[in-house]
Order: sequence, then structure tokens, then C-alpha cells
Amino acid sequence: MSAATLALPATPGRESFARRLLRNRSFVIGALLVGVIVLAALLAPWIAPYDPLKGNFRARMVAPSGTYWMGTDHFGRDILSRILYGARISLQIGFAVALATGLLGVIIGASAGYFRRLDGPIMRLMDAFMAFPSIILAIAISAVLGASVTNVIIALSIAATPHTARIVRASVMVVREMEYVEAARALGAGHMRILLRHILANSLAPLVVRMTYVFAVAILNEAVLSYIGVGPPPPTPTFGAIIANGRDFIVAAPWITVAPGLTVLVSVLGLNLLGDGLRDVLDPRMAVNTR
Amino acid sequence: MGRFIVARLLATLPVLLLVSLLTFGLLWLVPGDPASVFLDTSATQEALERVRREMGLDKPFLVRMGEWYARVLQGDLGTSLLLNRGVTEAILERLPVTLSLTAIAFFCAVVIGIAAGVLAAVKHGRAADQGLMSLALLGLSIPEFWLGLVLIWLLAVLVPVFPAGDYVAFVKDPLQWARHLALPAFTLACVQMGFVARMTRSSMLEVLGQDYVRTARAKGLPEPYVVLRHGLGNAMVPIVTVMGIMVGALLGGAVVTEQVFSLPGLGRLIIGAVLSRDFPVIQGGLLFLALIYLGVNLIVDLLYAVLDPRVRLG
Repeated sequence: MSAATLALPATPGRESFARRLLRNRSFVIGALLVGVIVLAALLAPWIAPYDPLKGNFRARMVAPSGTYWMGTDHFGRDILSRILYGARISLQIGFAVALATGLLGVIIGASAGYFRRLDGPIMRLMDAFMAFPSIILAIAISAVLGASVTNVIIALSIAATPHTARIVRASVMVVREMEYVEAARALGAGHMRILLRHILANSLAPLVVRMTYVFAVAILNEAVLSYIGVGPPPPTPTFGAIIANGRDFIVAAPWITVAPGLTVLVSVLGLNLLGDGLRDVLDPRMAVNTR
Repeated sequence: MGRFIVARLLATLPVLLLVSLLTFGLLWLVPGDPASVFLDTSATQEALERVRREMGLDKPFLVRMGEWYARVLQGDLGTSLLLNRGVTEAILERLPVTLSLTAIAFFCAVVIGIAAGVLAAVKHGRAADQGLMSLALLGLSIPEFWLGLVLIWLLAVLVPVFPAGDYVAFVKDPLQWARHLALPAFTLACVQMGFVARMTRSSMLEVLGQDYVRTARAKGLPEPYVVLRHGLGNAMVPIVTVMGIMVGALLGGAVVTEQVFSLPGLGRLIIGAVLSRDFPVIQGGLLFLALIYLGVNLIVDLLYAVLDPRVRLG
């Protein structure tokens, strides 16, 4: 989001850009969904009805009711409170992964796309990373590094970077050949200036779209990591950890599993819609064939 | 064509080398001593020494690497610390499960995804289009392991139509094989189905706007023929390109799906190894999956060259 606003001064008529975004249905619905989840996560300490970590043994596996809106788990912990606090961690991980992936993707992709001699070696290395299914790469790295929020972020960023680098490289290679880049070079601008001012500023659109999708995938994959048991250690509430808790009680207490899963679904759906909307508006060439 | 195949094979070699280096280098990420990570803190000194010897950690780095490559090139991925048996053997034993699951899911994703995408493109802007695309987006956004759990709850427990897990080999009973794989395969296919449907739709919309499609219609060809032959025939090109990548994503998803449905496949082997820090199995499994991925992509590229003369001659 902030990167989108950064790209603004380069595009003429910022008002029309904002208005086009607001006219885009995908963007508006996506922004609303994501907005609600982010707000809920930010306000968790004030709106959560119970302590997400403290169980109440007299209220174990209570079905959703007026007292416990989403029921309780086998320790008697309130599911709604756990989801609200879980959203904080899951969103934090997703956001950090999107940022780290964007940064790494720009550094790696721009180097490969701009400096022809680096292109071959860098992209072969990216190909090698992409040969491993990304979720398995993330599981293995997270397991090897040890379970913690930071290591989950590292693992998911490593898994998502190669594809991002590829996208940045492709758009840098297009912009590199533009006449204004040649003009800048003729005027004696250095590599750094050309890369930052002229090339990156004009190839941000696909990156912003990609980062939104990476955010979505990171939330999904964090849930997988936690579910498998290589995510942040218990009792940290994350979406995946709550689902994993409910797994053994899916017959007796399906709400433990269903509610956090739906929350993941809504968050990811919102981010995907946001990404679709941004793509339609930022990247008009793609918008023609997808709308 | 011969030259293209040779060039493509040669291009795989550096990637192969890097893949093997990454696999081998995974142990480097382990904070501290891998042997003590495997055994936890209560292990005796002798046990530690034994595991270190088994993993070759007592030898200098380059010697260890040389030995590892010598073994791997002969198809020997080492010995599991936990199962006390050959990693290659354990992997091959579980491979049929993972391959069946991936193949069925791939087939479903491609067939249903393309059908939905074509239909949406033909009904562009109408209710059918919007409905199908909403479904596709939903499929993309659903956490697959969670979908698996919910399907088990709904269709194996509440309304027991399908078994809740386990696996029956195809050679033993094809019908039971299909019944046991139906839910996991659908779970696994969901994400890719949405992906293929969206891609097919946008690719179809682009192709259907081309002049040659207008010409085909103008000369009075029946509409289904125009859509399928001129439309889909050309719209397939970008879809075939991503099929290799799809197989990679499906293999990754299969690992998780197997865990949910307790299918005794490669995925459960790897995750079991991850949880017990059985490093030779983790490395072997990763390397094996990467090899499958590279192999599939090689085949896709060759197929592509057969289909499109521009690729092999250009």
C-alpha cells in the first residue's frame, strides 16, 4: 500500500488514480475485508472478551453462544479472543514477509535485469530455489532454524523471493530499453541513479501487485507451518495453531477448526481482491485482458 | 530438434548442481550441532558420537561433501537416522501414493479449470462469468489443509460417503483407490483449479478479440468450433507454459494434504523427518522432489518445442 503511494508522483494525475482505485469493485471489497481484519487485529487488546492464553476448565469445548461467540477450545480458551490475537501475529508475519520479499526481490531482480553479466548466475540460482516446492522449502528451513516468529518470516521470505525477483527482473528489462533511460545515461547519470530514479520508479507496479499476493500466500503458508508444528511455538495463537488445536476435536467441537479457517479465508480473499484491483488499475495492459 | 534437446539438457546442469548444493547446505542452517539437535539435550556422549559418525560430521567438510556427492550420484541418498533404513528405499516405497494424488489433482485442476475458464470467457461480463470467477477466487484463497479437515468432517464423519483417510493401492483395488483419493485430490486441486480458470479466462478473452477469430466467425464457422479450435487452441499456449510450475505447487500441496488425510506418501515421510530432525530424510526428500520438478519442466519444455516450431528454431 505504501509502495503504491510512492509510485504516485511518477504517474500524471494522482486524483484520477485514486478515483480509479475507488471505482474498482475488487479493490473496494478487498480493502474493506482487509481493513476489518487489520482493525480487529490492532484493537485485539481492547475488544477481545477474554485472555487468549488463559483456559477455563469449567468451560471446555463450549459451543458458540452469547458468552463465547465462537465457542471455546479443549482448554476452555475463548476462540474469538484467540483469533483476534492470532490475527495480530499472522498479519504481522504476512506483512513482514511481503516487505522482506519485496526488498529482496528488488535487489536481486534489479541486479539481474540491469547488469547483463549477473543475469545468468543470479537467475540460475533462483531457478534452483524454485525447483523446491516453496511450502516444503519453508517447512524445511523453519524446522532447521527452529520454531519462532522470526524464523517463520525468514523461511517464508526465502520461499517467496525467487518468483518476486523474476517479476522485478522482467519489468526492469523492459524499462531498461526505454529511451528516457538512454537519455539519462547520455547525460552522464551513474548506474545507481539510473536504477533507482528511472528504472525502479517505473517498474514498481508489478511489484506492488506481487507483494499483495505474497502477503496473502504468507498468511496461508504461515497457517500451514503452524498446523504442521514448525510455526511459532505454542501457546502463541496463530491461525494455523488454532486450527491444529481443533483437529482432534473436529467431531465434538467443529467450531474450534471452522472459525479460524474462515478467518484465514476472509483475510486471504480480501488480499487477493486487493491485488486484483491494484493490478487492474496499476497495470492497464494486464487489466484489459482480465477484467 | 536434436540441438534444442541437447541445449535444454545442458541448461539444466547448472541448476541441478545448485539444487544439490542447496540441499547439502541445508545442514549449515542448523544452529549448533545437527547431531545434538536430532537427539535433544538428554543424549549421552556416546549417542552423540554415534550420530555424528553416521552423519559424517566427524569428517572435514570437503571430504563429507565429496562422499555425499559420490553416494547421491549412485542414487544412494543415505540412511535415515530414525527409521534405520535407506532413504532412497523409503522414498521409492511411498512415491506411488504421492504421484497418484498429484496426478489426479493435476488432471482435475486442468480439466475443470479450463472448462470453467472457457465458459467464463464466452459468457464474459454475465452472471455465469462472475459466479465462476468468484468461485475461482474462493478456491485460490482457501487454506487447503483446512478445506481437507472440513471435508473430512462433512463427508467422512457427518455424512460418511468417503473414507476419512488411509490409502489402498491401485493394484489391490482400483475402486477403493479412487474412493480413498477423491477427497484429498479435490482438496489439493482446489487452489490450482482457481488458478487455471482465471488464467484460461484472461487468455481466452485476449484470443477471442483477435482478428483471426473475427475472420473465422465471418466465414460462418459454427461458434463452438471457433471458440474451441481457434480460441482455446491458441489460448492454451500460456497455460501449457505454467503446467510445469503447477506440478511443483501440487507436489508441495500434496505434502500437506497427505498429512491431513494420513496418506502414507512422500509428504508424510518428509514431515515426519522434519518433526524429528531426521536430516538425511529431509535432504533426500527435498532433493527428490526437486528432481521430479526439474524433470517435469524439462518434459514440458520439450513438449512445447514439439508444439511450437518458433521455440525449437528461434
